[in-house]
Amino acid sequence: MQQASRLAIYALIELASDPDKQVSVSEIGEKYRISAHHLAKVMNTLGRAGLVRSIRGVGGGYSFSGNARRTTLLDVINLFEDTSSDCRLHDSHVATPVEWALFDVTKEINEISNATLASITISTMLKQIERNNKAAARKEAATVE
Amino acid sequence: MNKADSAIAKPDITLRRIRQTDLASVVALDTRVTGHAKPEYWNDMYERFASRRADQRFFLVAEGDGKLHGYMAGEVRAWEFGSEPCGWIFGFAVDPDSRLRGIGEALFQGIADEFRRVGITTMRTMVPRSSTLPMAFFRSEGMVAGPYIQLELDLEH
Repeated sequence: MQQASRLAIYALIELASDPDKQVSVSEIGEKYRISAHHLAKVMNTLGRAGLVRSIRGVGGGYSFSGNARRTTLLDVINLFEDTSSDCRLHDSHVATPVEWALFDVTKEINEISNATLASITISTMLKQIERNNKAAARKEAATVE
Repeated sequence: MNKADSAIAKPDITLRRIRQTDLASVVALDTRVTGHAKPEYWNDMYERFASRRADQRFFLVAEGDGKLHGYMAGEVRAWEFGSEPCGWIFGFAVDPDSRLRGIGEALFQGIADEFRRVGITTMRTMVPRSSTLPMAFFRSEGMVAGPYIQLELDLEH
């Protein structure tokens, strides 16, 4: 996964965790140790896709405007990179049997990866984070006892 | 969570074990969802679930307003592929007109409770890679990729 895709997912999860909240690029950048310049470009792309809304002025920033139960990780990644298998074999007319065999293997991996990413929504990620937090709290409580 | 989704009301539904009189509704729902009518398959499954290992086989239906809104079937299986006993979900559908109302989640939690009750601590299912909707549902309930990878061979090549 490319860096821009990762940043976009971080930002969307941050914003979708509280859709009424407005968060600035610098706040998100600070939290995830990302340059505000790089993140601003990512936010523009997310804005064009209708996943975030920009609010100008004092106290402005970004808020989540997508559907967290319908937006998958693959939807987000596809905004920044080509996830199809087609691009992995440069010229099918001259490819050797070895190139085709390796293409088949990478295609299989790619299909499994895409199926996984297409099944995980922003909402599911938020639930997973909540479950992880609860499990960590239980573990900590057990350690203290 | 999207505000429109959270505003959808949950209907009054009851989870219970399947009865013979539910079979026609199960067949109709499965046919609607998959496009293939398989009455013999469902009759056979009902016979097996009703007559043998009833303590380890669970075929739940969700009923409300006198209508069947969904079903989920699963059983405890042990030692296949070297696996410790675990609960397998192998049949699941929610009426397309009743979706986004928490019925799938109620069925999922209901069958998870049945498995827990008989001492099972792991639940599994299998979903076609192309079936994004059921896969997204199981993911949203916390399921993740398990320790097995399914392999197959095309015998015509």
